[in-house]
Amino acid sequence: MHTSGVIFGFGGNALIATSFYVLQRTSRARLPDQLSPWFVLLGYNLFCVIAATGYLMGVTQSKEYAEPEWYADIWLVIVWVTYFIIYLRTLLRRKEPHIYVSNWYYMAFILVVAILHIVNNLAVPVSLGHAKSYSAFSGVQDAMTQWWYGHNAVAFFLTAGFLGMMYYYLPVRAGRPIFSYLLSIISFWGITFMYMWAGSHHLHYTALPQWVQTLGMTFSVMLLVPSWASAGNALLTLNGAWHKVRDDATLRFMMVAAVFYGIVTFEGSFMAIRSVNSLSHYTDWTVGHVHVGALGWVAMITFGAIYASVPWLWKRERMYSARLVEVHFWLAIAGTVIYVFAMWNSGIIQGLMWRTYNESGTLAYSFVDSVVAMHPNYIARAVGGLLFLIGALVACYNIWMTIRTADQPADQRVADRPVPALAGAGALQPAE
Amino acid sequence: MFNLHYRLERRTIGFLLAIIGVAGIGGAVEIIPLFTIHQTVEDAPDMRVYTPLELAGRNIYIREGCYACHSQMIRTLRDEVERYGPYSLAVESKYDHPMLWGSKRTGPDLARMGNKYSDEWHVRHLNNPRDVVPQSVMPHYSWLARTELRSDDLGAHLAALRKVGVPYTDDMIVNAKSDAYGQAAPDTPYAEGVTKRYGAATNVRAFDGRPSALTELDALVAYLQILGKLTDAAHKPVAAVGG
Repeated sequence: MHTSGVIFGFGGNALIATSFYVLQRTSRARLPDQLSPWFVLLGYNLFCVIAATGYLMGVTQSKEYAEPEWYADIWLVIVWVTYFIIYLRTLLRRKEPHIYVSNWYYMAFILVVAILHIVNNLAVPVSLGHAKSYSAFSGVQDAMTQWWYGHNAVAFFLTAGFLGMMYYYLPVRAGRPIFSYLLSIISFWGITFMYMWAGSHHLHYTALPQWVQTLGMTFSVMLLVPSWASAGNALLTLNGAWHKVRDDATLRFMMVAAVFYGIVTFEGSFMAIRSVNSLSHYTDWTVGHVHVGALGWVAMITFGAIYASVPWLWKRERMYSARLVEVHFWLAIAGTVIYVFAMWNSGIIQGLMWRTYNESGTLAYSFVDSVVAMHPNYIARAVGGLLFLIGALVACYNIWMTIRTADQPADQRVADRPVPALAGAGALQPAE
Repeated sequence: MFNLHYRLERRTIGFLLAIIGVAGIGGAVEIIPLFTIHQTVEDAPDMRVYTPLELAGRNIYIREGCYACHSQMIRTLRDEVERYGPYSLAVESKYDHPMLWGSKRTGPDLARMGNKYSDEWHVRHLNNPRDVVPQSVMPHYSWLARTELRSDDLGAHLAALRKVGVPYTDDMIVNAKSDAYGQAAPDTPYAEGVTKRYGAATNVRAFDGRPSALTELDALVAYLQILGKLTDAAHKPVAAVGG
């Protein structure tokens, strides 16, 4: 429920919305028709509702990130194919000769998610009147297929899609061109190729054959190269615009997202190493890791994109309150850091307690001892999560007020601002 | 190289095909051989399928989301083997559609839970975990004992599983409902069919302590008591397990 809400509800809608916007901007072409984008919007959210209400009634396939049952899955395929066709048709009628790098990522996201979704959800329903179905795969093959899906849901939903977002919003907001075209190419194809191998690192020391585990580990470590190429490319793009990062919380959201992306990919490669994984797997360390990604990377880049888009879409000069964006920024940072440190702590304690021996050579702690030891960290986690949530509510209020408040007439707008010549050539505009 | 890409990114369809090709390789190399290499799954001639009651219990386990906190995969690490029992073999989840290996242990691993505790322990634990483990953070599932098990469609469940490769016989499918009833009611004539079809070692008893009613608790406890017990391949020396 929680992961579906975040990944599909929040992430999916952010991706679809920004992809349509970026696509039209960078292709200099409108979407091909008026009706089908509405179908994608409503259809996709209907999928989210069907899935979520199913969980409440216990309808689940029990596959991580692929919990919705067969009827919801089929509906999603229909919506997704429509989405893909709109995307393709718009690209085919673009007026720019080249396809912009954001669109490479969005395309990879749409295509690969479709492939993963269809293969992993192959199942036989009990009957047409039953919500329940049985997966076509079993045991070790099912585990591998599931984690091939699961890891690449992270790769193409939560990474490729959001990289597409970053490659548009960050340079536009900073007013700087992408630092390196070559790095974009290397990181794009590196991510597309190597991520697909990495899923088996979720299955170290299990009944999955050793050779598959080793392949997964190797490619996971190699993935650091294209991942850091992307993160570095984003940060180097900001060269010459660092004063804007200082003054503009929206751009700072995107900058911090790129930093967190660098952290989370390093941590991911590290955790995929077999001997590290023996400690981290099954513990809260994994939970901490995904929240570095979800809160630090995915959510931050999305907040940046939202704060950039809302004034464009409603034809406002800027957000209702730059100060509230600033408040949201610090709440989000504090929330993420507290949350993640709590989970790192808790995960490592848990992993160490499970493998501690006493002097007589027997296990020192029972399982429930580790449960008790987690308690203080779970309180810290709740505090971190609460701060992050308050930040999001501040954002909602700010967006609502931006839409509600009409721009002031031009003469008054000028009146309440310092004369540019005195303020130093307009360099100090906190709201920008 | 650079020029090639310069041309490629001007072509929509070419670019699409390139993505599919490049992305397809990894999955293909890692997944397809798992179906073709025989050593992937060990041979275990004594491996049996789930009875209808155990299958119903497994579906309750999934429905209630137990898999989110409990793994069913003991890794090949010394502390795990000493804590939970022999490490899990691929063959043990051969009939698991889908597998429930899990990825998080908020609670302990359950791969070898079968026969570790008594039925009564499970009944009390599910009714209120704090009664038997004072510091437990597990939710209670007390309504399972009050909820009658839906058994009329179990034949359809078995038939669906046969379509994906589980060797249920026609006899098992036809008698699914009465077998589910019989497994939890040892003194009725239906009990005999269960051991006839699924083997003499099958647990036949009133799992929730009340033979008169077939509840969801019966099914769940029957499932928990068979975990790790479908084959004894994991307890044999490595050389004895065909591979």
